[in-house]
Amino acid sequence: MDTSRSYLEPSSFSKKLAATIIIVYTVITLIPISWMVMTSFKNVNSAISYPPEVFFEPSLEGYVNLFTNRSRQSQEYLDSLPPPENWYEELVRSREMVITGPSKFLGRYSNSMIIGFGSTFASVFLGALAAYAFSRFRVPLKDDLLFFILSTRMFPPIAVAVPIFIMYRKLGLGDTHLGMIILYTVVNLSLAVWLLKGFMDEIPKEYEEAAMIDGYSRLQAFFKVVLPQAMTGIAATAIFCMIFSWNEYAFAVLLTQFNAQTAPPFIPTIIGEGGLDWPAIGAGTTLFLLPVMIFTIILRKHLLRGITFGAVRK
Amino acid sequence: MSQIKIANLQKSFGDFTAVKNSNLTINDKEFFVLLGPSGCGKTTTLRMIAGLELPTSGEIYLGDEEVGMLRASERDIAFVFQLFALYPHMNVKNNLSFPLKMQGYSRSEIKTRVGEAAKLLRIDHLLNSSISSLSGGDRQRVALGRALVRRPKAFLMDEPLGTLDAEFRELMCLELKKLHIDIGATTVYVTHDQLEAMSLADRIAVMDGGEILQADEPAVIYNKPATKFVASFIGSPGMNFINIDQGISNEQSTLSIEGTNFNIPKQYEISKSKKNLFGVRPENLSLTHEGGLKGSVFGVEYLGSRKIVTVKTNFGEIKVKTNISTSVKINENVQVKPSNNNIIIFDGETDRSLKSEFMN
Repeated sequence: MDTSRSYLEPSSFSKKLAATIIIVYTVITLIPISWMVMTSFKNVNSAISYPPEVFFEPSLEGYVNLFTNRSRQSQEYLDSLPPPENWYEELVRSREMVITGPSKFLGRYSNSMIIGFGSTFASVFLGALAAYAFSRFRVPLKDDLLFFILSTRMFPPIAVAVPIFIMYRKLGLGDTHLGMIILYTVVNLSLAVWLLKGFMDEIPKEYEEAAMIDGYSRLQAFFKVVLPQAMTGIAATAIFCMIFSWNEYAFAVLLTQFNAQTAPPFIPTIIGEGGLDWPAIGAGTTLFLLPVMIFTIILRKHLLRGITFGAVRK
Repeated sequence: MSQIKIANLQKSFGDFTAVKNSNLTINDKEFFVLLGPSGCGKTTTLRMIAGLELPTSGEIYLGDEEVGMLRASERDIAFVFQLFALYPHMNVKNNLSFPLKMQGYSRSEIKTRVGEAAKLLRIDHLLNSSISSLSGGDRQRVALGRALVRRPKAFLMDEPLGTLDAEFRELMCLELKKLHIDIGATTVYVTHDQLEAMSLADRIAVMDGGEILQADEPAVIYNKPATKFVASFIGSPGMNFINIDQGISNEQSTLSIEGTNFNIPKQYEISKSKKNLFGVRPENLSLTHEGGLKGSVFGVEYLGSRKIVTVKTNFGEIKVKTNISTSVKINENVQVKPSNNNIIIFDGETDRSLKSEFMN
């Protein structure tokens, strides 16, 4: 028996058990995502074949279909056309179709980017200012105000969809980028204020006092000294805000149609011939997943530090 | 460099008055220590001089200028915080140049000044290190450096050695004193540690309950305390007090306690209070077998070069600092009597020390 092991060190059995559980959990979580990515590289037939194909010949048809509008043509017409200029035209022609133009996906995708990052920036920026004020100043009715801010999240936001719809129509904010940024910022702001206040409270006020004595105004001290130290909190908050506004579906369906429609309400409407075009939907969802994934990976370093923040006092 | 003067300074937080009607003049190039127990208002006073708190009433003069209501950034003072408050996201060099950047110095000027300060504090080899890699003493030096580079009108320090361990504290104490002699800057230093205060200060102000009780040179504070609090707070152990339920008349020079007559310095003040106190420091007492206050030995503390004998008497415990060669046993009957004329009578009503031949 191994007696040299410390009491604090887990036994090798429990380490193995923990590793097994984590691996099983990871696999379970990854199955839907990997199935989605696989679907995006299948062709229309193999995507719906039964039993499902795990090994298949990869094709970029889904991605081509996602980015283009096509129409079916007769063989004679296709024969009369000059030879295809590139690989995706060739792929489309092999399906007896021609490309009639780009699809709306890119526009919807950039709408998602503008609205997602715009509202994330606004939520974090306004949230940081509010959190700083709540953390440092004697605000009258501070606790009540903080509770009021939190209470805006005590019902599902969609519960106020009808009044918001009417207000947005009257204000001309319906189907605009600004309108969606404002809406998502409002929903995210309470979370941002609460999360960031916790982080601001952890930052000793001596830092900005030192900066103020060194000749900086409070606002300058806030930007130069407080914000850099709140980076962990800001990263964590930004990720949560980003995930919400990136994924939001209900308000996007209700309030946007053409100009400011985001990707979530658009992707399910990709309809191919004779049913849903699963590879294209898979391709759209895969591409939709990427920005949040990259954003989270970039901020991961801060996020991990955020979890243990305050555990060790420097 | 400048003189600092505070006049009728008062600070209240709601119902609580942290600083009561304080008056103080800190001379140019002086090392001035504000000393007192926690919550006595010393840090609040310092923060008001810095501009981190605004006074409820009263004035603060920096040189000839009244600065009481100016922002901290407009006062041209430097502040060293207890927890140093070095910016963790910047390295040592950037921490040192941070105050200069705001004032619009040229890049080369900043470099020269940072270099000078770093050299003075012997941290020039650490300029590119991150703050988190520094030891406590080096962090302290960087914090001092950040205060130095700007060449401010005055340095304010809030228990800057409080978080260092004992060994470093002694070293930094010496360095601080040397630094002060080198640059001759007006310094206001807050501490609750009387040893630090005694070794650093040109003058000390002892505070309690938001009031400045006495401001004077360390030797005067120690030997001629103005109040009972000062006498008991300064010194380790503090002064012994014996209740003498009798008044004091002018020119009185003896006092009878428990039927024994003691010589006291000739008194120049009259006190009719029945709660007057007879105060004497442990080193001015000696153990004897006759002609003193009767008691029995309660405890003996060995301090290396001295012994502190605690004697239980009818007036409570009295501490006597004796020679190392004195040998007494626990519960042994001894008597305690003053070995010289360093005796102070405190007025029982006001806690103030009475004027006498000794307390002139």
